[in-house]
Amino acid sequence: MKIAVCIKQVPDTEARLRVGPDGRWIEEEDLPFIINENDEFALEEAISWAEETDGEVTVFTLGPPRATEALRKALALGAAEAVHLEDRSFQDGDAISTGRALAAAISRGDFDLVFTGSQTDDLGFGATGSVLAEVLGWPHAWLVMGVELDDGEEALQVVREMEGGMNQRIRVPLPAVIEVQAGINHPRYASLRGIMKAKRKPIETPSPSDLGLDAQAVGAAGAGLELLSVSFPPSSEGAELIEGEPEEAAAALVEKLEKEARVL
Amino acid sequence: MATKIWVILQQQNGELNALSKETLAAGAHLARLTDGSMEGVLLGSGIDVLADEIAGEIDMTALHVADDPLLERYTPEGYAGVLTGAIRRSAPDYLLFPHTYQSMDYFPRLAQRVDGVLVPGVEAVSEEEGSIVWTRPVLGGKLQSRVRVKTDFVGRPVLASIQSGAYSGEEAPSGTAARSPLPVPADEIGSPREILAEEQAAEDEVDLSKANVIVAAGRGVGGEEKMQVIHDLADTLGAEVGASRPVIDNEWLPRDRQIGSSGQTVAPKLYIAVGISGAIQHLVGMKGSGVVVAVNKDPNAPIFSVADYGIVGDLHEVLPALTEAIRGAKG
Repeated sequence: MKIAVCIKQVPDTEARLRVGPDGRWIEEEDLPFIINENDEFALEEAISWAEETDGEVTVFTLGPPRATEALRKALALGAAEAVHLEDRSFQDGDAISTGRALAAAISRGDFDLVFTGSQTDDLGFGATGSVLAEVLGWPHAWLVMGVELDDGEEALQVVREMEGGMNQRIRVPLPAVIEVQAGINHPRYASLRGIMKAKRKPIETPSPSDLGLDAQAVGAAGAGLELLSVSFPPSSEGAELIEGEPEEAAAALVEKLEKEARVL
Repeated sequence: MATKIWVILQQQNGELNALSKETLAAGAHLARLTDGSMEGVLLGSGIDVLADEIAGEIDMTALHVADDPLLERYTPEGYAGVLTGAIRRSAPDYLLFPHTYQSMDYFPRLAQRVDGVLVPGVEAVSEEEGSIVWTRPVLGGKLQSRVRVKTDFVGRPVLASIQSGAYSGEEAPSGTAARSPLPVPADEIGSPREILAEEQAAEDEVDLSKANVIVAAGRGVGGEEKMQVIHDLADTLGAEVGASRPVIDNEWLPRDRQIGSSGQTVAPKLYIAVGISGAIQHLVGMKGSGVVVAVNKDPNAPIFSVADYGIVGDLHEVLPALTEAIRGAKG
């Protein structure tokens, strides 16, 4: 099978985040960047599907030059080639303008299947894969926790999460866009040999016009949404913070739980 | 501005879900901000009784009802297909969806199809200098962002989903609504998706919903081999052990210990969240808890805004001390 996988490089949200000087986004300097967690699982799913079907994986990303690192990692893990929507005009879009750009890039290849993560850990729209599917005119499934081949190579059986701890098993004809959840598989590590081979694998960087797109229709210009600011949630009426060394704080907390909250 | 606001209600087996009521409260708020009128939309099959109930209970200009056997089971193409035609005919300015897995499965496609603006996961709506500003979480819920529709996109339909807990369902306006039927174009709603089965995600051998005390672990614990501090504290308290999603995905605990939107919903007297940052998906599963204690190294973690007591520090130092202190208190 010819498989596409869309990944995004995002800030590591476990790092200490600070609001940037213009207040519109976080300070990215010195911040570690990683492959978005759900996308790592999508990548593993894509590579193992390609192995099982004697196919090939092309990895796509939309992001600034630093995102090349994420593509190299995907190539080291087993993707055959990469496409990087790196042109300035692609950047800073919303789920719709990003989904449209990725769809244009993917539609140039003859793909049977697209994997991506259900949601990113940065903007968290949870929608880019579904928009991409709509533009391609393909079915999609979101929050996917299992994928198997149905009869022949015509369709997939997909397990998707529903509310309240329920799962639904559906049949989706190919080609399709499958948006996976973290936990669907066990992502592999790159081998040294994989890392060496990745250095020689091609990364294509098409411009909007290469994809037949107007630069005004993608990225920030093509996005309906404008980001005004980011901030930490007001640390609110919320918790009474108990200070001190671990022993002191623990003792003070136990006293409060006993005498004030009366739950011990 | 005199806007038309549609609230897309979600029902299952003829019952409205709780978040739909909250979304109606959000719609009423948006109507006040934009001098607008609110209309409801209900899709399904055999939903006549429910539609009458809603029309007799909620103050809306209209309740559009698509009641058709073709809509008996949800599919993204079915729901998006009915709404696409409806949007093109009636041109609502805003469509508010409950932020559920079902809405998120189809409304991004719908937004692309009607050339709309997509705003998933809204926590607050406000008006600033003549434009509507939407607040939504970013960076895993650690920060919130304010977004608005760009000037050159004003006039396109805005499709937004409202997070659980952002509005109170009790603020849905009481009154009545005139019912009107919504066409279901059979030839435009066929779905390539075939539903084969529905099943419980995990055999819940552990029922956390009845636990009195829960110690819940998050990603911050740092590894399966570091989980002992959690079990020690739980043993001392006679508590059940629960977890947020990353712990389950990493297999530090079995899946039937998961608390949150894709796991169990709990309401213990005492909930101790350890190394859990507090993403909304986790919070919806534990917001019914009595007293909440949070232990986290990051003072900005959203879990502290829902906790009663918090300790900022290294959980691997705090938890052993806490276990000791509780042993001491119990004598």
